[in-house]
Amino acid sequence: MSDGVSETILEVRDLKKYFPIRRGLLRRVVGQVKAVDGVSFSIRRGETLALVGESGCGKTTAARCILRAYVPTAGAIRFKVEGREVDLAGLRRRELRPLRRHIQMVFQDPYSSLNPRMVVGDIIGEPLLINGMSDAAARRRRVAELMELVQLPAAYYNRFPHAFSGGQRQRIGIARALSLNPSLIVADEPVSALDVSVQAQILNLMLDLQDQLGLTYLFVAHDLSVVKHVSDRVAVMYVGRIVELAETEALFDRPLHPYTEALLSAAPTPVPGAVSNRIVLEREIADPANPPPGCAFHPRCRYAIDICRNVLPELQEAEPGRLVACHRAKELALAGVGSAEHVVA
Amino acid sequence: MAEPILSVRDLKTQFFGPEGVVRAVDGVDFDVFEGRTLGVVGESGCGKSVTARSVLGIVDRPGRVVGGSIMLRPAKGGPAVDLAKLSNEEMRRYRGPEIALVFQEPMASFSQHYTIGNQISEGIKLHMGLDERAAKKRAIELLDMVGVPQPARRVDDYPFQLSGGLRQRVMIAMALSCDPRVLIADEPTTALDVTTQAQILDLLRSLQAQRGLAIILITHDMGVIAEMAHDVSVMYLGRAVESGSVQEIFNRPQHPYTRALLKSIPTVLAKPRTRLPTIAGSIPHPFNRPRGCAYHPRCAEMIGAVCAGAEPPPVDTPDGRQVRCFLHGGREAAEAEMAGAKA
Repeated sequence: MSDGVSETILEVRDLKKYFPIRRGLLRRVVGQVKAVDGVSFSIRRGETLALVGESGCGKTTAARCILRAYVPTAGAIRFKVEGREVDLAGLRRRELRPLRRHIQMVFQDPYSSLNPRMVVGDIIGEPLLINGMSDAAARRRRVAELMELVQLPAAYYNRFPHAFSGGQRQRIGIARALSLNPSLIVADEPVSALDVSVQAQILNLMLDLQDQLGLTYLFVAHDLSVVKHVSDRVAVMYVGRIVELAETEALFDRPLHPYTEALLSAAPTPVPGAVSNRIVLEREIADPANPPPGCAFHPRCRYAIDICRNVLPELQEAEPGRLVACHRAKELALAGVGSAEHVVA
Repeated sequence: MAEPILSVRDLKTQFFGPEGVVRAVDGVDFDVFEGRTLGVVGESGCGKSVTARSVLGIVDRPGRVVGGSIMLRPAKGGPAVDLAKLSNEEMRRYRGPEIALVFQEPMASFSQHYTIGNQISEGIKLHMGLDERAAKKRAIELLDMVGVPQPARRVDDYPFQLSGGLRQRVMIAMALSCDPRVLIADEPTTALDVTTQAQILDLLRSLQAQRGLAIILITHDMGVIAEMAHDVSVMYLGRAVESGSVQEIFNRPQHPYTRALLKSIPTVLAKPRTRLPTIAGSIPHPFNRPRGCAYHPRCAEMIGAVCAGAEPPPVDTPDGRQVRCFLHGGREAAEAEMAGAKA
């Protein structure tokens, strides 16, 4: 997938999204929640970039800024579309409307994201109708094509969402997202509400569709094991910032940031007795309204030294294609989890 | 091995709705031992949570336990008590001091109108006969034990003032307040972040080591099971399809469902961008429970008519586990019976 030659389709530079904290009768602003605080990354055509982190790290906020569901506080979101480059961050609603078809979203919860009063065919066909495909027969043909693509029987066209299982609903959501041939799909936790046996089906479907249609995914997730199965590159976020960005295999084999190491170590694996050398982090995730000085991870970091408590580490290139924001990245040798052909019997 | 603290046999819990009867738990057997963790794992609708609630006698209406026994060996000795036969009033004496529950959603399980200290000491006053001050002192000790920082100050906090991880610690403190011997943890870490999950699992393990707690851990997460359980019961649509030691279940799964489930889990150890083996279809709705073995429509190793026609009986295998699958026994008897029914 990511062979280095494909062009950059999306470039996010120093993206910030602050939410004001208001208090009192006059709703005066007394502080800011820095949900996303200077995030930069790029996505190449045809690849999957995963944005991972725990709750409150800003991964969903960053994704919503790219979709322009939020107006970013600062930064640039340069998106290549129709042969030109536009900065989505600065556009007004009216200017955004014709561009929205190019970035589509797959939602987390397949139960609340489908209109219960519409039949499946209409749910999938709605974006087509809105974007000017007024010929009902043509629309029906395209919907049938999309349903086949996500492996839903065309006979289900006239059924309502409640008749479907969680996995089938997620297929409907994916079909709808694909209807306008978007150049980027933002998937926010697309499998976290599904049962394990169904999760695998949807992950495989997303991989297959990517190969078939050359899709580009921004995959937002908290589950590192899911991320390993779908992504080419991974960006790890902690309290509003990217702390590490690398190719998937490199990141899992040899993390460069202590937070990545701890996350990998905390991920449960289906191997009995594998837990012996787990790193259990002390304390809790920092509050993005009041992050600690220096590196936001330092109060929980077992490698923290003086500089970590005072100076914010910048995200820098540690090796070709690898970025890390840690003062001690060069001297630490951190443990990864490796990659095995067969994990369970 | 020692005698089990809790022995469940042929437990059946059904829900009586206007559209029919749902057999949520349909003949489940298990034993729970002191100082050991039984992991009950399965996907949605398999009956794992209803099993937990049945043991505690808190199945929501219109459901009720309709059959089987739940034998508890009391701490003070004497004959075992069948919890399934107790009235609600009698059951109260066992809930708390003998068996306690940790719920999945700490936010939804606390009252928002009382401080956590209030909520912890309520049970202590009731079951242990302590007065207000002594109960609060014990609440502070419990908070300290489960690793809540500054317990003397935190005891006066309301649940909304705590983070998810702290709330789950408080929930565990509350469950342990009357010194139960059996702790049922229903998806205790599902709502938590992975680093917080590691903290809570660590806490449960150390509490078990200190107090010899018997734990029933209910989860959908095979990774959590591998890490925590000594014994495992894999459930599918109301039945335990395979039970055995954690090593046996993970290293040599026997039931086709266990095998398929283990293969379909994404893991951090896999090669990047690999397709996962999947289980065909989806879990049937409980009203459309398939005849015969409930798993047969999705089973890759189905033998034939017998799987669709008869329910596989529990078979004890030589390596000490129990499997409900005709691949492992019971086929001849079932086929003879089916032939007899036809004739």
